[in-house]
Amino acid sequence: MLFTSYRFLFFLLVLFTVYYIIPKKCQWMLLLAASYIFYAYAGWECLIFIGITTLTTYVAGRMIEQNHATQKNYLAAHKAELSKEEKKAYKERQKNKRFAVMTVCLILNFGILAVLKYTNFVIANMNGILELTGSTKVLAFQDLLLPLGISFYTFQSMGYLIDVHRGTYPAQKNLFKFALFVSFFPQLIQGPISRYDDLEKGLFGQHTFDWTNISFGLQRILWGYFKKLVIADRMLIGVNTLIGDTATYTGFYVFLGMLFYALQLYADFTGGIDITIGIAQVLGIPMQENFKRPYFSKGIKEYWRRWHISLGSWFTDYLFYPISVCKPMLKVSKWSRKVLGEKIGKRVPVYAASIAVWFVTGIWHGAAWNFVVWGLGNCFFIMLSQECEPLYEKFHNRFRVKEKVWFKAFQIIRTFLLMSSLRMLDCYRDVPMTFKMFGSMFTDWNVGEVLSAGVWNLGLGIHDYVVLAVGTLILFTVSMVGRRGSVREMIARKPIGVSLVIFGSLFIATVLFGAYGMGYDASQFIYNQF
Amino acid sequence: MEQLLEILSDLHPDVDFEECDTLIDDGILDSFDIVSLISEINEEFDVVISAEHITPENFNSAEDLYALIERLEEE
Repeated sequence: MLFTSYRFLFFLLVLFTVYYIIPKKCQWMLLLAASYIFYAYAGWECLIFIGITTLTTYVAGRMIEQNHATQKNYLAAHKAELSKEEKKAYKERQKNKRFAVMTVCLILNFGILAVLKYTNFVIANMNGILELTGSTKVLAFQDLLLPLGISFYTFQSMGYLIDVHRGTYPAQKNLFKFALFVSFFPQLIQGPISRYDDLEKGLFGQHTFDWTNISFGLQRILWGYFKKLVIADRMLIGVNTLIGDTATYTGFYVFLGMLFYALQLYADFTGGIDITIGIAQVLGIPMQENFKRPYFSKGIKEYWRRWHISLGSWFTDYLFYPISVCKPMLKVSKWSRKVLGEKIGKRVPVYAASIAVWFVTGIWHGAAWNFVVWGLGNCFFIMLSQECEPLYEKFHNRFRVKEKVWFKAFQIIRTFLLMSSLRMLDCYRDVPMTFKMFGSMFTDWNVGEVLSAGVWNLGLGIHDYVVLAVGTLILFTVSMVGRRGSVREMIARKPIGVSLVIFGSLFIATVLFGAYGMGYDASQFIYNQF
Repeated sequence: MEQLLEILSDLHPDVDFEECDTLIDDGILDSFDIVSLISEINEEFDVVISAEHITPENFNSAEDLYALIERLEEE
C-alpha cells in the first residue's frame, strides 16, 4: 500500500478514527493489527520473513534478559562465599552465553537479509570472474523475494537485541508488543530506524485525543505530501529524462541533472519521513527526527550528522565503535603506534573501522558496485577532511574568515556540490558511466544550448518549472525559518486565520500541482527500495 | 584525574575539560576523538572501555569519564 495511494489515505482515516474511539489500553493492539494489514498488502509471503525476525529476536532478547537476571540473583545469593576471581570467572561465563545467543540471532537475521538482498549480486560478480578466467559456465540468477522494508526492520530489531545484550534496557516481555515495535507501519518502509527505548513509551502508552498534537501531525503529513507530490515527483520527470539518455545529455545537462536529483531525493526522502513522523504524532507517538537541514551543512562530517540521522547513528553505535574499540583493534592500535609512530598509528583503528562502516553503508543502500563506490567515496572525503584539519586551522588563523557569512555560504555550497557529485553514482547506477558523465561536465561546454533550448526538452513545461521554482523557494524558506524553532508552532501562535490560509493553500497546492496528472502515477518513495 | 585531563587536552587544547560537561551533547568530542581517547586510556590506565560503555552519560565530562575508568578498574 503506497503512502501516495487513496487506499492509504482511507486506511489512515479509519485508523485515526477507531484509535481514539476504542479503550485506550487497546490502542497498541489496533496499531499492531493495522501494521500487519498494511504489511500484508506487500504480499503474504513477506509476513513470514518479518514474523521470523520478530520471533527469533524476541526469544533471543528474553534469553539474554533471563541470563542477566540469573547472574544477578546468583551473585547476590553467593556474595559472601565467592572470591573476586570466582565472581569474575562466573560473570565471564555468563557473558559468553549471552554473547552466543546474540550472535546466533544476528547471524540468522543478517543472513536472511544477505541471502535475499545480495545473492544475485554475488552471482553477477562470480559470473564476471568466470568470464575473465575464460570459463563458459554461467551461474543462473535466483528469483528471490525481497520483503518490503527488510533492511529497515532488520536493523531496528538487531539494534534492540544488541542493546538488550548490553543491558541498556530490559527486553520486552510481551511478544505482541515486540511485534508492534518491529512492524510499526509508518516507519516500516523507509525509517527512521528507531531505538526501542525512544519508541516504547509512545507505542504502548495510552493516548487521549489532543487536538494540538493531532493538528500538528496532520500539518506535517500535508507538508510531506507537498514535498513528495509537488516537488519530488515532478522533478523525477526531468531526472529520468537526463539520466535516461547519456549520449545526448552531457556537459551542463549533467550538472543540471545533479542539481535536480539533489532536490528530488531531498524532497522525496524528507517528505516520506514527514508523513511518517506526522502519522506517529497524530497517534500521540513521538518519533526522532531523521534530518536536520542537511543541505546547510558546512562540511561532510556535519552533513552525515544531519542526513538520515537514524541510519548514521545505528552504524556508529553498532558497527563503528564495536570495530574500532574491540580488543584485537586495540592491539593493532598499539602495534601501529610503535611501527608507524604516534601520529599516524593512532589513526589506524579509526580509519579501518570507517572503511568497514562505509563499505557496509554503501552495500546497505543497494546490492551494486555503484553503491559500494559511493560509500567508499564518502569515506575518502571524510578522511581527507580529517587529515586537512591542521591546514584549515592554519588557514583560519591566518585569514580570520571563519565567521564571515560569505565564507559560511562558500562552505555550504562546496559541501552541497561534493555530496551531489557523489550521489551521481546513485543516479547513473554504473561506476564507469558516472565518471564519464562527471568528466563531461568539464569538457562539453554546452551551457548556452542547454539554457536556451535544452531545458524545454526534458519533459518539463514552463508551468512545471514555475511550480518547481516556487516549491523550492517555499522549501528553502521553511528550512531557513526552521533554524529558529518549530515552524508549525510559530504559525500556531498567529491568529487562526493565518493557519487556515497557510495550510489551506498548501492543501490546494498539493491537490492542484501534485504530479498526478494525465499519464502520470505517483511513484514509490526512493528509500522504499532499500 | 590529572593524567586523564592531560590526554583530553592533547586531543582538544582549546577546551576547558575541568568545566565542560557537554562534550557529547555539544559535539565537542566526535566519534574519531572517542576512539583515539579510548585507545589512549587503554594504554595509560590498563582498562578496556568497550562499545557498550560509549554513552553520553559516560563521556559528557572528564569527571564522568574518570568515574567510568574507576568503575572498570574495580571490576
